[in-house]
This record gives sequence, structure tokens and C-alpha cells, in this order.
Amino acid sequence: MRELLRKPIWPLVALLLLNLAVTPSFFAVRVQDGRLYGSLVDILHNGAPLALTALGMTLVIATRGIDLSVGAVVAIAGAVACSWIAASPDPASPGAALTGIVLALGLAVVLGAWNGFLVARLGIQPIIATLVLMTAGRGLAQLVTDGQIVTVNNDTFSGISGSALFTVPVTVVVAAAVYALVALVTRRTALGTLVEAVGINPEASRLAGVRSRSIVWTVYVFSALCAAVAGLMISANVHAADANNAGLWLELDAILAVVIGGTSLAGGRYSIAGTLLGALTIQALTTTIYSVGIPPEVSLVFKAVVVILVFLAQAPKVRALLARRRRGGSGPPPAAPTTPAAPAPAAETTGSGR
Amino acid sequence: MHPPRPLVEMLGISVAFGPVQALDSVDLRLYPGEVHALMGENGAGKSTLIKALTGVHPVDAGEIRVNGEPVAFSGPAAAQAAGISTVYQEVNLCPNLSVAENLLLGREPRRAGRIDWRGARRRAAEVLGRLHLDLDPSSPLGAHPIAQQQLVAIARAVEVDARVLVLDEPTSSLDASEVEELFRVIRRLRDDGVAILFVSHFLEQVYAISDRMTVLRNGRLVGEHRTAELSRRQLVSAMVGRELEVLDRLDHAPAAPADDEDPPVLSAVGLGRAGAIEPVDLDVRPGEVVGLAGLLGSGRTELARLLFGADRADRGEISVAGRAVRIRNPRSAIDAGIAFTPEDRKAAGVVGDLTVRDNIVLAMQASRGWMRRIPRRRQDELARRWIELLDIRPADPDALLRNLSGGNQQKVLLARWLITQPKVLILDEPTRGIDVGAKAQIQALVAEQARDGTAIVFISAELDEVVRLSDRVLVLRDRRPVAQLAGDDVDTDHVMELIATGGEAGA
Repeated sequence: MRELLRKPIWPLVALLLLNLAVTPSFFAVRVQDGRLYGSLVDILHNGAPLALTALGMTLVIATRGIDLSVGAVVAIAGAVACSWIAASPDPASPGAALTGIVLALGLAVVLGAWNGFLVARLGIQPIIATLVLMTAGRGLAQLVTDGQIVTVNNDTFSGISGSALFTVPVTVVVAAAVYALVALVTRRTALGTLVEAVGINPEASRLAGVRSRSIVWTVYVFSALCAAVAGLMISANVHAADANNAGLWLELDAILAVVIGGTSLAGGRYSIAGTLLGALTIQALTTTIYSVGIPPEVSLVFKAVVVILVFLAQAPKVRALLARRRRGGSGPPPAAPTTPAAPAPAAETTGSGR
Repeated sequence: MHPPRPLVEMLGISVAFGPVQALDSVDLRLYPGEVHALMGENGAGKSTLIKALTGVHPVDAGEIRVNGEPVAFSGPAAAQAAGISTVYQEVNLCPNLSVAENLLLGREPRRAGRIDWRGARRRAAEVLGRLHLDLDPSSPLGAHPIAQQQLVAIARAVEVDARVLVLDEPTSSLDASEVEELFRVIRRLRDDGVAILFVSHFLEQVYAISDRMTVLRNGRLVGEHRTAELSRRQLVSAMVGRELEVLDRLDHAPAAPADDEDPPVLSAVGLGRAGAIEPVDLDVRPGEVVGLAGLLGSGRTELARLLFGADRADRGEISVAGRAVRIRNPRSAIDAGIAFTPEDRKAAGVVGDLTVRDNIVLAMQASRGWMRRIPRRRQDELARRWIELLDIRPADPDALLRNLSGGNQQKVLLARWLITQPKVLILDEPTRGIDVGAKAQIQALVAEQARDGTAIVFISAELDEVVRLSDRVLVLRDRRPVAQLAGDDVDTDHVMELIATGGEAGA
């Protein structure tokens, strides 16, 4: 929690306040049919898939990697689960839904292992390695669905998105549980430190005996699993698998969430709390676009402006400039001891990486 | 003697990083046509002073004057535009670019807005020729050994017409002839009226090249002296203050030679790798220090890396404590009880953005696997104990390792391995680029580990150091072993001759 407060929480707060100004009832939450409803709940519910995908992405990025294939994995997971359910003898049975879910998650492990194989074993650059699945994966999903939108009417499956646990939507419960689990595992075991060590200096980590290969493998499998769960949520929400559009560009939103959360793309230090904040900010932004009534044709521009503002406000140079102005132009602030006023510390580290 | 006015004057310079006062009212004067040595231990503030001069760090107090005019550089580029060029301790060039690109990066000759590559190569060849460097300007920099990369960095600094040249540890990876080469260039520049600021831990080099020196200790000015008027003894005591007894202790360092009857704990037979090193036989007994002596590129580092599995051997066998082991990677070497600190500390040892504590426990944690985290209390205990034992400064387990000086980083890397209690400890240049005090501490530590029964393979470019610490010395030359010396045969002159002649003219 303390960590959360140090993160840039103000863009999210600002967005929520903007909504409150436009819609006074924005913060209202009510219970209906044993489930919470309201704009805030919607943000959490609709943001759950992005938050999960971004969580997996955070660990991948911490190892100096990137996973472009998560959007495709979202599509594949939905396609596999829905196709299995639709083709089963009793498409409405809980058994069909459960098998479909397990199949989708199992396949995600295989896909994550594939990414891990390309990156850790063959040493292909992560952006290229996962680009393979990003491109091929959507084709794979279309192959599974035969190019059709597969609709299912299965209450168990729809429950992934529609049901509630103690009035809290299951999507939110699942996402929260996975976040808590990851926070716990990375803190209680040495995984967090070793992931960071591999991301900061892969060669030094190797020479210190860190099994970097299996760590890299693990984070890609985990990332794919997160994406698959997100994919199940998304397809359960619409009772259908749309191989073309499910999770489209989700990888970019996930990366954006990670970066807004303060994790450097150069790898190393990462922040799970920051990523959560980043994902919620992006979702709040999407919600705002609808609730404030931004015309659809300029919604992307609005989104772009907000993102640019957030980044500008976080840029060290801009912060230094603002701080100086506030103090009345008295000299530059004490610079970081080692980096010579580098605009992007990222570039420095990646340069020596390879 | 010298013109009345210094070219560069730094007066009362103070720099603080948070609560740490890195420099406290320090003065420095550089005269044209003089080589000025900046002396001091690690953490004395040498690098900070240089960075204050070149505009990397803003100063909190004090004034910098160039030619009598007060200046405040906004960064290295501004300093360079004013004629102050710097070569830093570690090579800060781009290994994936060509030699010519590195030499001229950011100031490539242009024609109609585009880079004139032919002109660039010609200019690069000129500069290299001036330094007598036989390098192909279009070859990638990374293809050359570190020593030559360092010379390229120096060539880059003299390529612009510098009035002040700052050399921060330029010789730490050069062999004797390369140092001579560098000194020739320095003298020529000096005679042209350039003011040169020279930082080195090699006292002999400082006395060979410098006209004047400024000594710092703990961020304060100890004094400015003409080199001819300050004896080595006086200089060392000015630098290290009351820690001089550490140096004295060192004079009787060598451990009791191991019993020849003891079975070797590490034994390599015919170990080699094509293109890196010819097959080598090597035995190291418990409590024995075996030195690897040879010039840069002689195969000493390559051999160490094969022993640890950092590179894979393509022939030969290794056994540890009498059992044959297959060393395929560092992990399997560590499991067999071998530890290794690499030559290139920054690139292959230091995990800079992790804390001192995390770095100290890294190898132990890696061996336990990520599931079995070392309990936090145990981590704190280990970190505290080793920070104290090795006198790591600042004594803060939560400090990020990248903020420590080179010598202290090296101590952290040693602690990383010592807590795993290895049977064999391979140290590749553990004292490179670090100051007298830390060097003495590390040497004493090596001797102590050997006394406790650890088998040690010790590599250093400084022959004196190898000879003083080692019970046996394996001499390498041109990627093959030429001789093994033991007992009274281990002396500097003898080793030097073997390195020079390969033993053919000797015997």
C-alpha cells in the first residue's frame, strides 16, 4: 500500500474526479441481484482482463523481455474454450465448460513455453520471438473457430464474467487473487529478486549461478496464462469467441499499463502495484471516454492526449523543470549521482544488453 | 617554471549526494604543459572531482575557472567544447560500432548534411596513426581486446583539440608496452602545452609521468605537491592516512605452502578451447594459491573462464576433490564448489540496481533456487557481517551497488562467493582499478582464505602481486602454458623473462 502511494496515482484520481464533475452519481454503488453495480465497479470489472495481462507483462519486462503475443493468446483461449463447448454433446453442461477452460489454460502453457523456448533457449530477441505468435496466433484462433464467431450459451462459462462472489464480480475477485498471489510469491520467495537480477545484468546473474533460463521460461508461461484467463473473461462476457477482435491491441495497452506504473522497459526493477494502477488508469480512461460523451471519432485522440500528459509529467526533465519553477529558478536540483542527466536511462542499459 | 596562471582552477569545490559529502572544499590547479596526478583511495572523491570539472555533477559550492574565467559546464559536451576532454576508467564506447565510428561519434565529418564516411575513415586512420595503433578503422570495436578499446577511447579524446585532457585510470587494462605507448602520447601532448590530469593506482606510473600531484582523502584535500619532492612512502601515507599498517602486514603475506602430498582439490587435464587456449594441465591443492601470469591475451582469463564453465571447454577434463565433473556452465561449476569473480566487474559481476545485501546473497540464493528464499534475518546478518569483515563502504546493506566505488563493489563480489564457502576460488583481476588500501585488504583476504584451506587461482596484470601471493605460478604466453614455477623459482624477474621469451632463451 505504501508502495502504491508513491506511484503516480494522480492521473487515475484526476480521471475519476472529472467523471464525478460530469456525472454526480459516478461514485454511486448499488447492489442488484446479489451483485455490485456502478461505474467504479465497471472500471474494475472491465479492467480485470487488462490488469491480468499487464501483470504477466510486468514480469516479462522485468527480465528485459516483452511479450507481444498476449493479444493473440487472448483470442486463442477464447476460441478454444468456446469451440470446445459448442462442439461438445451437451453445450450447456458445466462439464463442457470446465473442460473447455482447462484446455484453454493448458494450451496457454504450451504457447508460453514456446515463447520461452524461442527467447531463453534459442536466444532470439523477445520482441521478434513473440511477434511470431502475435501474428500466427490470431490465425491459429481463426483456424480453431473456422473463421466464424462462435457463440455459446453455457451458464457455467458465462459465470466467469457474469457471476459474483459476495456481491463482488468474479472477474475482480480472480484478478485480485492473482495479484495477491504474485505479490506474495515474489516477496516470500526469491523469485522477485532473481527476476530483477536477470533483468538488470543477465551475464552477471548467469555467472552467479542464477538459472536465468528457467526464470525467463517461467515468466513467459505465466504471461501466457494471464492472457488466457483474460481471454476467458472477455469471451465469457460476450458469450462468444471472436478470433478477429478479441484482445486486439491488448498487448499494447498492457505494455502501456506497465510503463505508466513506472517499470522501465530496460528491465530490472518492476512494480506490481504500479502496473495495477496503470491498468486501472487506462480502463478509467476508456470509461471516461464513454461517460463524458467524447465523440467516438475523437476518442483515440483524447486517449493519446491523456497518455502523453501522464508521460510528460513523469519525465525526469519535465519534473526538474517544474520543481525549479516552483522554487523560483534557483539552480538545478541535485542530479542523480551516476547517470549524467540522461534523458532515457533505458537507452543506456539496453545498449550494453544484447 | 610554469606560467603564473593555471589553465584550470577549481576552488573550494563541495559536492554532496544526499547526506554523503563526496567533496568538501577541494582545490585543484592544472597548468598548461604539465601532467598532474590526482591521487587518493577509492571513495576519496577523485571521480567526483573529475565529474565536477567536466560538468557531469553540479557543484554545491566553489568555483571553477578556465583561463581565469569562471565557468559552469552544463555537461560533458559543454566541457569538451571548452577544450576539456575526458577518458573514463571503464571503456564507455559502443562495441557494436566500428573503430572509426567510435572515434568520431557525434562529430563525424559531414558533406552536404550527410556523413562523409570516406572522410571519417581517413580521419580515423590519421588519429590512430598518431597513436601508432594498428587497427582497422572499419572493424567493429568489440572485436578488439579491452586494452585496445581503451586506447581507442584515448584516441577519441585527443581527436578534438583538447587543451585539458583528463585520464581517469587509463592504464588499468594496459600492459607495459601499451602503457609506454600511452605515455609517449601524453608527453607529446604535454609538450604541446596541454594540461593533463592523470589518475592511476599504479604508483610507478604516476612517478614516471607526472610533474605535480594533488592528494585527496575522504573528500578532502590533503595537499598539492611537486612529484619530485614527495617520496612514495610519503605519498602512500598521505593517501591512506593511518591505514598504513595494512600495507606493512602485506609484506609477510604468503601462506604456508601447501603440502605436495595433498591430493589436488581442482585438477584440469588437457583443458582447452579452440581459438581461446591450448590444452592446459593444472592442479590446485587445498590452501594453495596458484597464480596465472601472462600478458593480456595470453590466455589467462580464457583459462579461468573454462575452469568455471563461463565458456565451454571443447577438450580436456576437470575433477574436483578427486571426482570427475562435467562443467557445462557456471551453474554446474558452482555445484561442484567452484567460485569465480570475472575480470570485467561492471559487465559481468555487478548487479548495479540491486542492493548490496541482494548482491552479497545472490550466489547463495541462486544455489538454493528461488523457492527457498534465504530468510530476511539471515540475509541481514550475512550482509552486516561481511560488510564489516571486508570493510565495505558505505556500510549500508540497502545502498544500491552501482553507487559504490570500484574497490567496494569488488569486495561485495568477493563476499558473494565467500559466504558460499567454495572449495576453489578463481579471482580474475580482483584488484584491477582499485586503490592501494582496498587492494591490500583484498590481497590479505586472499592469503587468509588460502590459510583456511580454500584453493585459489589468482590472476593479475601486476606481476608483483601475483608473485607475492602465489605458491605456484603458471606462466602463459600466446594462449599456451609455457612454464610452472614453484617455491623459490617464483620471482618477478624469472616470471617476466618467461613471459617475454616463452622460456626458449631462459633455462
